Amino acid sequence: MQQILASLIFEIIIMKIAKLPIQFLTVLMFLTIGNAATAQEHSVAESNDAGTLDTQEEIDEYIQHHIKDSHDFHLYSYTGDDGVRHSVGLPLPVIVWGSNGPAAFMSSAFHHDINGEVVVEAGGSRFVNLHDKIYELEEGAETVEIGGDHHPVNAHMPLDLSITKSVVGILVIGILMLIWFSSLARQYKKRTIPKGFGRVLEPLVIYVRDELARPNIGEKKYRKFTGFLLTVFFFIWILNLLGLTPFGFNVTGQLAVTAALAIFTLIIYTFSGNKDYWMHILWMPGVPYLIRPVLAVIELVGAFIIKPFSLLVRLFANISAGHIVIMSLIAIMITLKGELTPAGSTLLSFVLSLFITLIEVLVAFLQAYIFTMLSALFIGMAVAEHDHDHDHAHDNVDAEDVRADFI
Amino acid sequence: MDQLLNDFSPGLFIMQTVLLLVLILLMVKFAWKPILKSLDDREEGIQGALEAAEKARIDMQNLQADNEKALQQAREERDGMLKEAREIRAKMIAEAEGDAKSQADKIILQAQEAIAAEKRAAVAELKSQVAELSLQIAEKVVKEELSDKNKQMQYVDKMLQDATLN
Repeated sequence: MQQILASLIFEIIIMKIAKLPIQFLTVLMFLTIGNAATAQEHSVAESNDAGTLDTQEEIDEYIQHHIKDSHDFHLYSYTGDDGVRHSVGLPLPVIVWGSNGPAAFMSSAFHHDINGEVVVEAGGSRFVNLHDKIYELEEGAETVEIGGDHHPVNAHMPLDLSITKSVVGILVIGILMLIWFSSLARQYKKRTIPKGFGRVLEPLVIYVRDELARPNIGEKKYRKFTGFLLTVFFFIWILNLLGLTPFGFNVTGQLAVTAALAIFTLIIYTFSGNKDYWMHILWMPGVPYLIRPVLAVIELVGAFIIKPFSLLVRLFANISAGHIVIMSLIAIMITLKGELTPAGSTLLSFVLSLFITLIEVLVAFLQAYIFTMLSALFIGMAVAEHDHDHDHAHDNVDAEDVRADFI
Repeated sequence: MDQLLNDFSPGLFIMQTVLLLVLILLMVKFAWKPILKSLDDREEGIQGALEAAEKARIDMQNLQADNEKALQQAREERDGMLKEAREIRAKMIAEAEGDAKSQADKIILQAQEAIAAEKRAAVAELKSQVAELSLQIAEKVVKEELSDKNKQMQYVDKMLQDATLN
């Protein structure tokens, strides 16, 4: 009875959905089912025994695995006629700088092992892949031994400059951006109004210039920083969107990536800061002399730690959380199978993940926007010309001044 | 936190930093600079076109105002000319009237003079004819009177008598 009811509801929803524009549907199906596909594909690497995800623990472990960087570009896995799981994907180059100098090999040498069981010898050193981190075994060690804190005791991490999945994502997006925007740039040589895809890109460029760079940095100086802001905006946005595709990229959810982005902003606003900016940090005018050193400490912490941290943590946390939520909702299909029947749990999972995927599409843009906007704001504060006198207390303080003082 | 730090990959950080730096430089060189320049050029072009259109509009307005002014002037001129013509006509009529009057006066005067002269001549002629007639009558009377000698003597006597008395 329950099953019939569930399938009825499902059919009604399918009929409703069928009325939506076909492209819209295709995109959504691509995004939701794609993520589901990713979920299955990775489960193999994680649990070598059966290659399927059944329990809450396996799912948690899988999600944890997915949001990390990977040395493999895994596409899908299947169980062959012989009952052995086969993985299909692209091996990526592993480039490490160990104690015996550089070493490079393809990640296929690990045979999809991420439990530190397969030892690869290269460049005079032995390497294992433990949870997608490359460890170099100490001299004389044959297998990796895990200590009490889940860290290996007889291995250390070399400098890992591998072309990981995230690096592939960065390269792909970088090349795409170069192709798209340089072709847009070339179009202007022939015509004033671009055609085709350039017509889509041009308003976005104008948007970043007019809504992010110009108002936050100021009319006089925005031009110098617009290149950086445009690059960062499109880089983050496209990578965020790439994270929603079935390829399972999670580039902007990597701390290393967001940290690098935030440090770029930090370096830019630190080195373009004018006299006023440093004056306000180190020796705040308009306050009693005794408080000035205290304020200087607070301002220095704000400028060098809080601002970049707010940038890097916000982007990292939002994107990672989005990935975790989507995958968790897809996992409802498995975890609530018992309580809701397979059809019910599938329906619930589909509806919820559809909804969250839509929100994630928005978040993808929003996070790119916020990162760029805050970067522009920080740069704008560093280069702002203060023409008003801080030594005199204003009777009616301008709201704009208050804002400028706070941020 | 420990987990997060453990997940932080220095290798990826280095790769990202290098790649982002290269990407920014390439994008600025090959994309953003030409794109922003073209956009600026286009916006300047649009601004210029708008300004030119505004200028043209003002010019047109001025031109229209000029036209209006010229038209007004022409109208005024026409009115003036009409007025003048009217004046000239009135003047001409008045002049003609005056001329005609004086001419008529003159003619009348001449006529009167001629009449007067004719009259005088007529009177003179009449006088002379009357005198002649009188003479003829007198002649005839005298002739008749003198035909009778007694009477003549009588008359002479009487005359003489009158003359002596004087």
